[in-house]
Amino acid sequence: MTPSERQLERVRYRRRRARNRGAVAVVSTLVVLGGLAVLITQSPGWPRVRETYFNVGDARAVLPDVATAFWLNIRLFLVAEVFILVVAIAVAIIRVVPAPALAPIKLLVTIYTDVFRGTPTILVVFLVGFGVPALGLAGLPTSLFWLGVIALTLSYGAYVSEVLRAGIVSIHPTQWASGRALGLSYGQTMRHIVLPQAVRRVAPPLLNDFVSLQKDTALLSTIGLVEALRVAQVDAGRTFAFTGYVVAAAFFIVATIPLARFTDYLTVRSLRRENGI
Amino acid sequence: MKITTSRGLTTIAALALALTAACAPTDSEGEADKTKATPASTSLADCQAADLPVLADGKLTVATDDPAFEPWFIDDDPSNGKGFESAVAYAVADKLGFAKGDVTWVKAGFNQAVQAGKKNFDVDINQFSITADRAKAVDFSSPYYSAAQGIITLEGSKYAKAASLADLKDAKIGAQIATTSLEAVKQIDPSTDPLVYDDTTKAAQALQNKQVDAIVADLPTAYYLTAAELDGATIAGQFQPTTGESEQFGLLLAKGSKLTPCVSAAVDALADDGTLAELEKEWLSQATDVPELK
Repeated sequence: MTPSERQLERVRYRRRRARNRGAVAVVSTLVVLGGLAVLITQSPGWPRVRETYFNVGDARAVLPDVATAFWLNIRLFLVAEVFILVVAIAVAIIRVVPAPALAPIKLLVTIYTDVFRGTPTILVVFLVGFGVPALGLAGLPTSLFWLGVIALTLSYGAYVSEVLRAGIVSIHPTQWASGRALGLSYGQTMRHIVLPQAVRRVAPPLLNDFVSLQKDTALLSTIGLVEALRVAQVDAGRTFAFTGYVVAAAFFIVATIPLARFTDYLTVRSLRRENGI
Repeated sequence: MKITTSRGLTTIAALALALTAACAPTDSEGEADKTKATPASTSLADCQAADLPVLADGKLTVATDDPAFEPWFIDDDPSNGKGFESAVAYAVADKLGFAKGDVTWVKAGFNQAVQAGKKNFDVDINQFSITADRAKAVDFSSPYYSAAQGIITLEGSKYAKAASLADLKDAKIGAQIATTSLEAVKQIDPSTDPLVYDDTTKAAQALQNKQVDAIVADLPTAYYLTAAELDGATIAGQFQPTTGESEQFGLLLAKGSKLTPCVSAAVDALADDGTLAELEKEWLSQATDVPELK
């Protein structure tokens, strides 16, 4: 089967078009980024900015301390993540279960999501970090690490539960009906049929919240935890040079890139599966 | 529909144009002369309000942080002339020939004050300790105050009776970020790293919550905290910082500011004629019953 003349013409045209578009993209990138680079490095204040923010010697000096402190950010993130998922799934399920006896609990969790989604995370951190110990009750944690984890869990549990709830209610009612028709109980249908689909459907926004959480571990510096950002701040306070901030930022970026790429990959995959693109 | 190269080029041109329009350099702040902070060899006679290169004509713009804490400022109002640093600022302005009404106060947080680039003030007075490292980024005037460090604990804490710095070795210590106090903690050499707070109020809160056993702050701040902010707290002792430079406060100016020699000359004059000592007595009258810890 040889392609017709017209088909060959089409193929040629498409190739030409792809080449042209590629060339335009390359030139455009060079002009814009090159222009930006020239503008920045030619600006009158650039030598001062370079000295203050991009000093290699300063970066080397502060790197080990920031790296050690960043391990605390990672630990906070990993521990908080587990608790957040538990809280979020529980809250999401309570909000969708159609059991009238659960009404008071439903009311409470609705208030919880409303309040903690509406409160700035840094405020929650502050109130938990300084307020809970001030109560002086025995049995409450006093360690800053756990206070920080509690604060992040309260704040992010509300966000993530809403994401999961949206996933659950987006599953088509026929899925529920099929499950019940097969003789599964409500709980079994939820666990084996609805939840897996719901989680898969909201994976991208879910991972987005996790990236956000990774960065928000820096907010815990306000209650005295010395994490990567705080180490950079201490260094800046001592020397009035801000290279440490740039180093800390680099750590956060490097830590979130794998998650971000993974999110992209999942998004594309689910698009392909669901829409046959 | 064929996308042509010419259309792509038009887009590029438009982008490039937008870019240059959006960020043309504003001023030539980089031209500021790169001299090191000079000791005052300028005489006050050369520093009269009319000839000084200030931000607003005939006005001296002075910055400090918000909130402004006692005993440096009273009632969080720098313009009332009360509190040690407010009084010093007005005395300096007076030496330079500015009347009281010609002093304008603005707010500048720590980061604003020390950032490179244009400043929104002529001078900033906010308990800035003078160090060689910092002098690379900003100018300092001559010092107007030398402070010792105070250690604050709760009454009844076992550390309240510390007889030496070594007794505090196992204490959990808190301090404010970007202060000499935080550096001075190293002299105590505590077994756990110090906790770092955004401001003294948060550090005080942590002490009250028993999240830390002691906080270190310069002595005047320590007095204020124990007198006004904290219930049942006491100053366990004071010590002279020996790590790095001594604890001396200077007025902060932009790097290479033409005002620096004049402001330094004014501060030196105030030191010579005893004004600084008087103001210290008036606002920072320090009891002598705080034991010196070694």
